[in-house]
Amino acid sequence: MTAPGAISKVCTALKAYWTGGTWLRWEVFLGAVLVADLVLNAVVSPYFLDPLTLSDATFNFTEKALIALPMALLIIGREIDVSVAGILALSSVVMGLGAEHGLGTPALVGLGLTTGAACGAANGALVALLRVPSIVATIGTMSLFRGVAAGVLGDRVLKNYPASFHWFGQGYVIGVISFELVLFTVCVGLFSIYLHLTLFGRRLYALGSNPEAARFAGVRLTRYRFWLFVATGLASGLAAVLLTSRLGSTRPSIAQGWELEVISMVILGGVSVAGGRGTIPGVALAAVLLGFVTYGLGLANIPGIVMQIIVGALLIVVVGLPIVGKRLQARAHR
Amino acid sequence: MPTALRRARREFGLATLTLALFAVVALRFPDFASGRSLLSLVDDTALLVLLALGETLVILTRAIDLSMAANVAFSGMIVALLNRAHPDLSLWVLVPLSASIGALLGTFNGLLVWLLEVPSIVVTLGTMAIYRGAVYLASGGTWVTSGQMSASFQGLVRHLLLGVTTLSWLALLGALLAWWLLRFTNAGRGFYVAGNNPAAAVYAGVDVGRAQARAFALAGAIAGLCGYLWVARFAVAYTDVANGFELQVIAACVIGGISIGGGVGTVAGVVLGCLFLGVLKNALPLLGVSPFWQTALSGLVITVAVIINARDATPGRRRILEPRTLAQAGTPGARPSP
Repeated sequence: MTAPGAISKVCTALKAYWTGGTWLRWEVFLGAVLVADLVLNAVVSPYFLDPLTLSDATFNFTEKALIALPMALLIIGREIDVSVAGILALSSVVMGLGAEHGLGTPALVGLGLTTGAACGAANGALVALLRVPSIVATIGTMSLFRGVAAGVLGDRVLKNYPASFHWFGQGYVIGVISFELVLFTVCVGLFSIYLHLTLFGRRLYALGSNPEAARFAGVRLTRYRFWLFVATGLASGLAAVLLTSRLGSTRPSIAQGWELEVISMVILGGVSVAGGRGTIPGVALAAVLLGFVTYGLGLANIPGIVMQIIVGALLIVVVGLPIVGKRLQARAHR
Repeated sequence: MPTALRRARREFGLATLTLALFAVVALRFPDFASGRSLLSLVDDTALLVLLALGETLVILTRAIDLSMAANVAFSGMIVALLNRAHPDLSLWVLVPLSASIGALLGTFNGLLVWLLEVPSIVVTLGTMAIYRGAVYLASGGTWVTSGQMSASFQGLVRHLLLGVTTLSWLALLGALLAWWLLRFTNAGRGFYVAGNNPAAAVYAGVDVGRAQARAFALAGAIAGLCGYLWVARFAVAYTDVANGFELQVIAACVIGGISIGGGVGTVAGVVLGCLFLGVLKNALPLLGVSPFWQTALSGLVITVAVIINARDATPGRRRILEPRTLAQAGTPGARPSP
C-alpha cells in the first residue's frame, strides 16, 4: 500500500468512526469520566499532579491492559479466557526456574513468551478444535495452569533474576516515560490498526455478530478462534515478563484475581459480551481510567477491598446506564 | 427401559467413573471405604452440593452467577457477627436470617438481569466484588473465631441424626427439593424452557427475564443458607471465606452435565459431579499427592471432564456469552404481556 493510500484509508476510517454512531460515543463518555477522575484525584491529593506520581500510576494498568487488548478481540469474537492470570503465574514460574539454572535475560524473556503462547495454544485447541465452550474450558485450564505453577513452586519464592532482567518492568525510556507505558501505547496502536483498519478486523466483527453468517461468508472460524487464544496467551506471557521483572520475584499468589480485572477493563471499555461490538480505543481508555481510579483511591488511603466495591459498582452502572437510557428513549418515542 | 438408560447415559458414565475412582483408592486404602470415612466425605461435599444446586438453577436459564461464594461470605459474616454480639439469639432467627440475606443479594442480581437486561456475567462479576467488599465493611476486616461463637451456633451442623450430620441431611433435602422443583413445578420447567430456547419461551408464555430473576433469588437463598452452614462448620468467619469457590461450583455443574448454554442437565448429574470432585479431593492426600499439586490435578480432571462433556454435546450449543436479548433482537425490551 502506498503512503497516501494508507493515509486516506486512515482518514476514512476515522471519519466513519466518529460519524458512524451517535455523537456521544462510549469513548467520549469514558474520556469525560477519566478527566473528572483526574481532577478529583488532584483535588484530593496535592501530590497527584507530580510527573513522578503520574508515571507511577501508569504501572497500575499497563500490564493488565496488555492482556485486555487481545481479550477484547476474544470477547468481540464471542469467546472469553478466564485463565490469563493462571498463564501469567505459570510463565513467571518457568522464567524463575530458568533464572535458577543461570539463563540470561533474552532466554528468560523468550521462555516467558513461549510458555504464554503454548498455554494459549492449549486453550485454543480446547475451544476451536475440541469445541469446548470457552468459559468452561478456561475455568479448567485456569486451575490447571495456576495449579502447575503452585505445584512446581511449592513454598519457595524464585528471585534469582539477572540484574539486566529488571529493566523491562522498572526501566524508563525517556524521563518518566516507562518502557511498560511505551509498550502499552505501541500495542494499542497495533491492535487498533488490526481491528479497525484491516480485513481481519472486519472479519472478526462478522464472526462476533453472527458466526453462522460469517462462516458462510468464508471466515475461517476455527483458525480465528485458535489464534485469538494464542495471542491472549502470548500477551499473558508478556505481562508475566513485565510483572516478574517489576516485582523481582515469583510467588504463588502472583497476579491473583487478575482475570476479573482484565475482563472488567474490556467490558468497561464498551465491548459487548454478546460479541461483535467494541473498540480498542475504548478498552485502552477504560484501562487507563481503572488504573487512575484505583490509584486515586489508594492516595486517599482507601483499602483495596473497598476499591473493589467501587470498581464492581462502576462496572454495573456503566454497562446498565446506556441500556436504561435506550429503554427510556424507546418509551418516549412510543 | 432402554430410552431411560440412554437418556441417563451421562449420569451413568459419571457414576461409573466416580465409583471406579473410589474403588481404586479403596483397594489401596481399605479405610477409605469405611463408614466413618464415607460419612465425612459426604459431609465435606455437602456445601458444594447445595451451592451447585443453586448454580444449576441459574445456568439452566442460560445465565451464570459468579457471586455465590461472595454471597456465602457476606451472609455468613452477618450471622457470625450477630452471634458474637448477642450469643443468646436463637438459631430459629439466625438461620432464616442468613438465607434471607442471601435471597436479597440474589434478588438484586436477578433484578439487574431481568429489568436492566445487563448480561448476567457482567452483573455477577460486579456484585461478586461488591458483596466481597461488603464483608470487609461489615466486619472491619476482623475475624470471628470459634471462641466467639456460641456452642449451639457451631453445634447444629455437627449434630448427628441417625449417625449423619445435619449438613449432609440438608444437602440430601436440597437435592430432593431441587429435583421436585425442576421436574414437577411450572417454575422449574420454566427454567428449562427459558434457557433452552428463549425465543420459543416467549411464545410459550414463559417470561425469560422473570425465570432468570427467580433462579437468581433461589440461588441467593441457598448461598445465604450456606453462609451460616459454612461459618458454623469451619468455626470461623473472615473476609476471604469461600474465596474462589464459585469456580469449583461451576466446575461441579459442568462435570455433572449442566450445559453452560442453558436448558440442559439434571439434578442427579450435578450431585454426581459434586461427589466426583469430593472423592477426588479426599483421595489426593491419601494417595500422597503433595498439597501443592492438588490444584493442578483437579484442574486437569476438570479440563478432561469438560472435553468429554463437549464431545457429547449436541452441535450448535456454542453460546456461552449469548444474552437472552439476542433471541428477541427484533423487538427491544419485548416480553409477553401478562
